[in-house]
Amino acid sequence: MIYDMEYETLPREALEAIQLRRLQNTLQRVYATVPFYKKRFDEVGFKPADLRTLEDLRRVPFTTKQDLRDNYPYGLFAVPMENVVRIHASSGTTGKPTVVGYTARDIETWATLMARSLSAAGATRGDIIHNAYGYGLFTGGLGVHYGAEKLGASVIPISGGNTKRQIMIMKDFGATILTCTPSYALHLAEVAQEMGVDFKDLKFKSGLFGAEPWSEKMREEIEKKLHLDAVDIYGLSEVIGPGVAVECLEAKAGLHIFEDHFIAEIIDPATGEVLPPGSVGELVFTSITKEAFPVIRYRTRDITSLNPEPCVCGRTFVRMNRVSGRSDDMLIIRGVNVFPSQIESVLMEIQGVEPHYQLIVDREGNLDMLTVLVEVGESAFSDKVKTLQDLEKVITKNIKEYLGISAKVKLVEPKTIARSEGKAVRVIDNRKL
Amino acid sequence: MRVEQISVFLENKAGRLAEVTRILSEAGVNIRALSLADTSDFGILRLIVNDNEKAKEALKANGFTVGKTDVVAVEVEDRPGGLHKILDILRKAGINVEYMYAFVQQSGNNAVIIFRFDNLDEAVRVLTENGVTVINGSRVYSM
Ligand SMILES: [Zn+2]
Repeated sequence: MIYDMEYETLPREALEAIQLRRLQNTLQRVYATVPFYKKRFDEVGFKPADLRTLEDLRRVPFTTKQDLRDNYPYGLFAVPMENVVRIHASSGTTGKPTVVGYTARDIETWATLMARSLSAAGATRGDIIHNAYGYGLFTGGLGVHYGAEKLGASVIPISGGNTKRQIMIMKDFGATILTCTPSYALHLAEVAQEMGVDFKDLKFKSGLFGAEPWSEKMREEIEKKLHLDAVDIYGLSEVIGPGVAVECLEAKAGLHIFEDHFIAEIIDPATGEVLPPGSVGELVFTSITKEAFPVIRYRTRDITSLNPEPCVCGRTFVRMNRVSGRSDDMLIIRGVNVFPSQIESVLMEIQGVEPHYQLIVDREGNLDMLTVLVEVGESAFSDKVKTLQDLEKVITKNIKEYLGISAKVKLVEPKTIARSEGKAVRVIDNRKL
Repeated sequence: MRVEQISVFLENKAGRLAEVTRILSEAGVNIRALSLADTSDFGILRLIVNDNEKAKEALKANGFTVGKTDVVAVEVEDRPGGLHKILDILRKAGINVEYMYAFVQQSGNNAVIIFRFDNLDEAVRVLTENGVTVINGSRVYSM
């Protein structure tokens, strides 16, 4: 179901006209009201009036997470505090959180985007939404909540925790849509099983899962264990919260970005250069309708690619593929950008191979050498030398094919890959640069 | 007619083979036959032991990857041409030998060779039809 038929199916040309007008307004506004942006624009000699096409956005400097921290808490707000009606913050793993604000109109925009998202996952006015995202400073809980009300559905603001009680309530209240993180969905399945509750007997038809990266394999598991359609949702508080992009139930193949509110770009994380459609790189967002906390070319550090192909659902918005990693993890090997998660995907596709691996980068002479250590578990093991040699060859070939680099693949015994605090050390870079 | 063999994945670094034999001896497992196939990176150790379950358990507990395969133990006359005769029978029947290795103990006056075939049943049928003695598992483990 398409919630906002007019906007979500706009012809490309009309959409770009709207984007350009909204982008011009946003740039004018932040230049006039946020000293940080004025200084940044002035440093590169960019005047908002110079922006004549969407392409011109490339001349505008990036904003990073560090910039947000440096302006803690309200330095990047573009409206006086009297106009701010809500404050959220994302937990920083180190130090201060990043703080974001919303005007009444921002809250309205966000609710509409979440209503669109819920609708894309199959929710209607008649549905009962069990919302197990946390309520609080985190944007997940309230984001879904306002969207559900906007849609006209019944929302159960259960928030996180007390899983046994959650299962009793979802059963008794007859919830039909589940919203939570994908890992919590699997936890629910586990606890339900312990309690002797079968998801087959519950009324769920679909679920909207996000706020953390997940895989197709996890989708299969969730759909099987929870007996519902699992749909991916993407968002980050810096941009607005959940509801920046969502998958459609029809295709479940990439998340439609709400491009009438956000302009997405894919850049090379090393050079900042904008990459052609389809390339894998870092996702960058510019908000074009937000009032209190606009972000200009905000570097998400999420690695993905954009798919401009038309979708069966009828939405004309570009689709972003699943986030496959973080740009912080990127390695540059012989000039090629390599993400450990890409190697992981290559391994996951090979029958019997588990994603227990480590990348070792050395420099011999002037040449970078990549060695991929892969642990041999029981399902990949064979008593025949040739079978294992063939396995090495397939991994080498697939890495070359998908990543465009030659690697030396070495099979190693299980648990030989160093782990620190239970987490595997994925990269050892021995290059002295 | 089949003999159970266990195989162990080993990285090509010093002391790994000794580690396996140490673990098995501490678990009270006797090794009846052993062969190591190796490449520049890794090796595959194949073993016939007196207690497969115990061996497997001890090795897994120590973090090794262990596999199980069925192989065939064949009596070979301990005189020139003894092995050739058997290989000739297999070749004529179009049966491919994946690998083979010798058993430590003799069976009477005959040597014992372990064969790994892809099509084990067919190989056993051809060998017995041609008068070759195939030794059954329980006898092999206690030889
Ligand atoms: Zn779609």
